[in-house]
Amino acid sequence: MAHVHIPALLRAATAGREWVEAPGTTVGEVVAGLEELCPELQGRLVCEGRLVRGMAIAVDGEISSMGLLEPVDGETEVQFIAAISGG
Amino acid sequence: MKKTYVSMQLNGEPVEFLAEPSQTLLECLRDTLHLTGTKEGCGDGNCGSCCVMLDGTLVTSCLVLGVEAEGRTVTTIEGIAAGQKLHPLQKAFIDHAALQCGICTPGFIVAAKALLDQEPDPSEERIRLWLANNLCRCTGYDKIVRAVQAAAKEIREEKQA
Amino acid sequence: MSTSSYNVIGTRPPRHDGADKVTGRAIYAADFQMNGLLHGAMVRSTHAHAILKRVDTTKAAAFPGVVAVVTADDFPQTPDRIVDLGEGETPVSHLRGNVLAKGKVLYQGHAIAAVAATSLQAAEQAAKLIEVEYEPLPCVLTAVEAMAAGAPLLHGGDTNVTAHVHHAMGDSEAAFAGAAIVIEREFTTATVHQGYIEPHAATVLWNNDGRVNVWCSTQGSFVVRDVVSCLLDLPVSAVRVTPTEIGGGFGGKIPVYLEPVAALLSKKSGRPVRLVMSRRDVFEGSGPTPGSMMRVKMGADADGKLIAAQAFLAYEAGAYAGGMVGAGAMCVFAAYDIANQTIDGYDVLVNKPSTAAYRAPGAPNAAFATESVVDEIARKLKMDPLELRLRNASREGTRRADGPKFRRVGCVEVIEAMQAHPHYSAPLGEPSHAEAKRGRGVAIGYWFNIGLPSSCVISVNADGTANLIEGSTDIGGTRTSIAMQAAEVMGIPVDRIHPAVVDTDTIGYTGVTGGSRTTYATGWAAHDAAQDVIRQMKLRAAKLWQAEAVEFADGVFQAGERQMTFAELAGKMSETGGPVVGQASVNPRGAGGSFAGVIADVEVDTGTGKTTILRFTAVQDAGRAIHPSYVEGQMQGGSVQGIGWALNEEYWMNPEGRMMNASLLDYRMPTILDVPMIDTQIVEVPNPAHPFGVRGVGEANIVSPPAGIANAIRDAIGVRLYHLPMNPPAVAAAMGGQK
Repeated sequence: MAHVHIPALLRAATAGREWVEAPGTTVGEVVAGLEELCPELQGRLVCEGRLVRGMAIAVDGEISSMGLLEPVDGETEVQFIAAISGG
Repeated sequence: MKKTYVSMQLNGEPVEFLAEPSQTLLECLRDTLHLTGTKEGCGDGNCGSCCVMLDGTLVTSCLVLGVEAEGRTVTTIEGIAAGQKLHPLQKAFIDHAALQCGICTPGFIVAAKALLDQEPDPSEERIRLWLANNLCRCTGYDKIVRAVQAAAKEIREEKQA
Repeated sequence: MSTSSYNVIGTRPPRHDGADKVTGRAIYAADFQMNGLLHGAMVRSTHAHAILKRVDTTKAAAFPGVVAVVTADDFPQTPDRIVDLGEGETPVSHLRGNVLAKGKVLYQGHAIAAVAATSLQAAEQAAKLIEVEYEPLPCVLTAVEAMAAGAPLLHGGDTNVTAHVHHAMGDSEAAFAGAAIVIEREFTTATVHQGYIEPHAATVLWNNDGRVNVWCSTQGSFVVRDVVSCLLDLPVSAVRVTPTEIGGGFGGKIPVYLEPVAALLSKKSGRPVRLVMSRRDVFEGSGPTPGSMMRVKMGADADGKLIAAQAFLAYEAGAYAGGMVGAGAMCVFAAYDIANQTIDGYDVLVNKPSTAAYRAPGAPNAAFATESVVDEIARKLKMDPLELRLRNASREGTRRADGPKFRRVGCVEVIEAMQAHPHYSAPLGEPSHAEAKRGRGVAIGYWFNIGLPSSCVISVNADGTANLIEGSTDIGGTRTSIAMQAAEVMGIPVDRIHPAVVDTDTIGYTGVTGGSRTTYATGWAAHDAAQDVIRQMKLRAAKLWQAEAVEFADGVFQAGERQMTFAELAGKMSETGGPVVGQASVNPRGAGGSFAGVIADVEVDTGTGKTTILRFTAVQDAGRAIHPSYVEGQMQGGSVQGIGWALNEEYWMNPEGRMMNASLLDYRMPTILDVPMIDTQIVEVPNPAHPFGVRGVGEANIVSPPAGIANAIRDAIGVRLYHLPMNPPAVAAAMGGQK
């Protein structure tokens, strides 16, 4: 079960919980698992198979380069953060 | 409008070209004579990227008309090195990392040379005052001042030797 | 950390493109020449917000010398969709609409039409003949006004707010109740520009074989390729982008402005077309970075432990949705370990140019607010401001409000280096005249660095040198900082590597030179490509010697008693199987963020309000400084840009949305006379994820200077300023208010 950090704006969908445990071996599977647990999250993190606009995935504090395909394990922290580029 | 015939000395060689009356010396150098080392950053004399020497005086070539160069002597960045040998300022800019993107570098080198030609040992304050018309957005100027100081020292030592 | 275990890394070799750049031979975008070149000119909006009733190009098209005229109608009208072309996800309609306005203009300077002619003079005269009929609309110029009920709406709907970001951790309201001290202040900052000295320029040839060739000044050649192909509805392979030398960018040369327009003009004319912005065009028609309004509230216990923080950030997006507030919200309290935080950020449309990244985009604004409040808390508690920061500093394991925990970072080490720096304990000295007052300020700041893909190819020459090709445009010496990493692996001096930045047909996809990523990520690709070379050369040596295993260290291949240098083995390539070419493409994780801080001494003339920087020290964690001179150069450059942001720079807009200071005389960037030497101290807390420990160093250095200077001014005159720039009238007014 990966530890998923729920963005503050979406915590209405998790009854206010900041962290939710969800099963899966990739971020994509974890999101699918999360959506089953919290149906209101459907379309809020991933829409039509891709991350919603302006969002990036961090795995254990690092921005992932593989997005939804990023592998996770039982200890992994998954966060949905703002996509940044920089100057 | 009818073009005007201009002849001048450019980096030690005679050149002839036709200039529209409204064309700046900068445009004539870059577009007509294809010497693109002199850069345009603003077009109104406020960045110093287009510095050249006109009869031994430092000018921003965007504020000089091409036709004004008739019969005069112009030195651009392309005329600073002596053949294969870089001018001490050029070498110092590389060695002291005094350039990052490099777009302002030709203007700074031409302007600094104009200073060192008449003042071989300028103070830091004097260097800053002299170069205050040349903008650099990358370096914060620190390494430019140090490069000019180092080049001045080298030129003085060369002269003594 | 010592770098003595390396032969190349940590040294200061001359840059490979040095001779070209000090002799004027380096070719920048506006220097590029082609036979048959046409010159372009643009028509730009004279209104900040208006409906385009009519754009009539008839007279311009008939003008002598004019070969082509284009408007937004010349773009293929493909259905709108969201694309991510290197600048974050954006609707195609926004990219297209910013390049040439359709239906409506959203800022003064918004491009409307373009002309190509046989001379620049003809193009400019013809452009003036294009008739544009506007129906002016009320304009809105600040985030606060644009969020108010009844504000003019740029893109319809019911609000100018394009995004709300919200982070929450713990319970900040409850924690404030238990704080010994709570400070809440409101701050504003003006719109500022990156101020690169080279205006945008591009030449495009739509060739007779259907391929579109672009030569331009850009931070990301692949971004240009992808945007041009997207807007022209071509496959990406139809566009080839050759990056010229680039005269500065700082984030402002990531967006694409001229290339799609020049492509349309070339398609219509059948000839190469060059477009070059004027300085006014750069100010009015490219992307500055957001002005902002911020409210920051922080609480501490009596011992100076920060226990709660709240931030409200409203950043101006400009004419289209922007991305800077997201980063601002991630950075606003990033330097501190604060258990209870609430952060709200709003991205707000205004009638100013669409904003672009500028060196740590979003972070300097936020740090100005946070670091001013932290300074005030230290004053109230009578604590040393660095001691207070150290007590609360982020470290490995500190969680940011947006979720992630920091890996190994150097915040503590940066603050300790500031404390130990001789500057921090040096006397301020006596004011230079009776009306002058002196003060010292400190501030710290954080910025990320990003990964993104990079590719490198290294081919070995028979004389023991190697050619390295890469896709990262070199803004500040990265040819050398990247080649140094390959040289370290290959055990040869860096002057034996010839780096070249090549076009998009010739190298694998490479992300922008931005996000403090180039020395980090492309350097990583060079490291891996060099390892690939060594792997292959070991096999060649094994073949030569009939050996089972070959070792390689310090530039020497060895098997038992036999050994050969890199150069000797390179001379035997053809007899052992032909050329050796190593390559690597990476898309790295593990980008380690960088902390930085400043110590600033100022003297304020209380008569005029003018602030002079007396002494300035920048400290930054570089992870590992590959080329220390270039790291120092980034720190010094970022510092002076920060000084300009702090003291002078601003888009000075009149109520109609016209920028009143769109020249380098009036947009007052620091000159060499305005600043002292910038002392630097590089801290090295290696990034454990990078082969050499590199952290990106390009950006974090601009985050803290405005706040550090604000704190120094406060120290000098006893009055705090809450708005940037803190120019002489503002300082004088603040002191007047005090009296």
